[in-house]
Amino acid sequence: MNTGIDKGLKHGKLAAAMLLAFSATAALADITVGVTVSATGPAASLGIPEKNTIALVPQTIAGQKVKIVLLDDASDTTTAVKNAKKFVSEEKVDVIVGSTITPASLAMIDVAAESETPMISMAASRAIVDPVDAKRRWVYKTPQNDAQMSTAITEHMSNANVKRVAYIGFSDAYGEGWANEFAGVAQARKIEIVANERFNRADTSVTGQVLKIIAAKPDAVLIGGAGTPAALPQKALKEKGFKGVIYQTHGVANNDFLRVCGKDCEGTFLPAGPVLVADQLPADNPVKKSAQEYVQKYEAAHGKGSVSTFGAHAWDAFKLLEAAVPAALKKAKPGTKEFRAALRDALEGVQNLPVAHGVFNMSPTDHLGFDQRARVMVKIENGGWKLVK
Amino acid sequence: MDFQIALLLGQDGLTNGAIYALLALALVLVFAVTRVIFIPQGEFVAYGALTLAALQAGKLPATLWMVVALGAVVVAVDGAIALRHGAMRRLPRMLALNLGIPLLLWALLAHVETAGLSLIAQIALTLCIVVPLGPMLYRLAYQPIAEAPVLILLIVSVAVHVVLIGLGLLFFGAEGTRTPAFSEGSLELGAVTLQYQTLWILAISALLILALYAFFGRTLYGKALRATALNRTGARLMGISTTMAGKLSFTLAALIGAFSGILISPITTLYYDSGFLIGLKGFVGAIIGGLVSYPLAAAGALLVGFLESYSSFWASAYKEVIVFTLIIPVLLWRSLTSHHSEEEE
Repeated sequence: MNTGIDKGLKHGKLAAAMLLAFSATAALADITVGVTVSATGPAASLGIPEKNTIALVPQTIAGQKVKIVLLDDASDTTTAVKNAKKFVSEEKVDVIVGSTITPASLAMIDVAAESETPMISMAASRAIVDPVDAKRRWVYKTPQNDAQMSTAITEHMSNANVKRVAYIGFSDAYGEGWANEFAGVAQARKIEIVANERFNRADTSVTGQVLKIIAAKPDAVLIGGAGTPAALPQKALKEKGFKGVIYQTHGVANNDFLRVCGKDCEGTFLPAGPVLVADQLPADNPVKKSAQEYVQKYEAAHGKGSVSTFGAHAWDAFKLLEAAVPAALKKAKPGTKEFRAALRDALEGVQNLPVAHGVFNMSPTDHLGFDQRARVMVKIENGGWKLVK
Repeated sequence: MDFQIALLLGQDGLTNGAIYALLALALVLVFAVTRVIFIPQGEFVAYGALTLAALQAGKLPATLWMVVALGAVVVAVDGAIALRHGAMRRLPRMLALNLGIPLLLWALLAHVETAGLSLIAQIALTLCIVVPLGPMLYRLAYQPIAEAPVLILLIVSVAVHVVLIGLGLLFFGAEGTRTPAFSEGSLELGAVTLQYQTLWILAISALLILALYAFFGRTLYGKALRATALNRTGARLMGISTTMAGKLSFTLAALIGAFSGILISPITTLYYDSGFLIGLKGFVGAIIGGLVSYPLAAAGALLVGFLESYSSFWASAYKEVIVFTLIIPVLLWRSLTSHHSEEEE
């Protein structure tokens, strides 16, 4: 008798537990995306448009509601890792998107790999996804590699018969990265680097560096900086009478740069994602439609001329998810380990997906998947971006 | 490096050094009078420049809301104290200074197209908005703990700095701005071309330094500040209010900071967080002056400017390292030559 009651109780408990567990999975059936962006701190000018873009992405993918958990990592590596840990342990996310900058993204790789959660970074460095090893299996990224951009520059330099180039870049990972990438490809094209200078984002003057560059008599100067601080050397070069060609990197591709640099930036060349000149792309360009879609969405929400290429990296991350989630849903339910694994596999299988910055063709060895369609050369003309044909 | 490059670098160093010197003077002033190491000094540089840029773009600068809000808090705090002590006489003046003037400014700015005003009017408006933040910050953050040890004041300074940086991002966004030069063009002087803006910076810095000298030497308020700096207790016994002295020194620091920002924003792009590094370099200058000597602080700041300029030519990647390493031999030399007394702590 006693044992019977005990048994009955046990069954009751079990049933209750199962019911609870079931309702829990039902609630978790939404696809949860953990997004960490650098909306404050030094990378804020990149992180803010990304954050704005997150508000524009679709609310449902393949009929499943998407729950987005958005956190700010203040451009800080430790905070980014903390956010990633919070995503996997507390929020039980299916995928992590972020972060904005390379150091933070590199540090988050461990968290993603350990918890077997796919991660899509919005930072540029090739080291985030290359080589695809046991940890980086889980990691994808949407921005072009610096190498892709620097080959575009050296190609343009060769065609313009530029032989002597001076480099001035940020004294941080971005400037160093570009210096190394550029030195590598410049050598292959027999371009001589005659000066190699650094400056700080917060510097109030680059007179010394600029004088040294001019004394080296280069045909062209490449400025390895991001955002409006990259205008400082350009203005100083013009002020000191430099007449050669000036190249910038895709890090300056937002309208604030044009505003700050003004007429001193006329005639500057830079490589950029096609989204920057979406309307000028030829009609047969596969990227044109997908890039225009983003530009229209963003400008409808934030006003004409507000779009920047950085926000498009966040957009592309969600485009990847939109393409990969349906395949993963066939295999498992969101909120489970199996779903995360299926999503990772599905991301690797994304083929011929036109997005704002190019066309994705992922493979087990390439977790970026962009080809030369992901970059165009752009010239600054009449205070606007002009596609160089 | 030929003679012309040396001259150009010297000119650059002198320009930056002049700004660092102004900030160093403000830091020495604030420290001498209130014992506060005023880390947020640099924020006033950024606030001044960005507020001016907002006015020139025809926008209402968000610093205006900050003045109104801080003013309201000051009135609430001071008003409560005055009510408790039944000192109604103090109310009108307090209301007028902390709430009346900001609200008047707001009404003015809401009805005037600031983009079309003359530069002088824009600068005056900018100073009217930014400078009151100085004494208000003193009232709210430092006055309640005016007698605390230097270390606690320093910690509060760090907190105020972090808050102001965060608000700066909120107010002005992450992107920087440049304002047009006071007067375009340049002056040919033999081998060197001097930008007019450079001349403006040098002239106005020199004028400000002279004005400060006259203020401390000739006016009653200046002498009161000096007395407080020399001996707080003694000054109080002589009837000098240390609260007044603190507010006055913060007003001057805010004025110098905001004006420095206005001066350099035509020659460089300023961001919500640029002020910190500029202020830090002024601080290195102030340290060379031992945080007590004005002429030594100014000279030290000029040295920082020159060092920065020449090192940016020779070893641009190590520029900041060189500038901030300067502080080590200076501290060594000071600790060896001065006899330190532990009366403060």
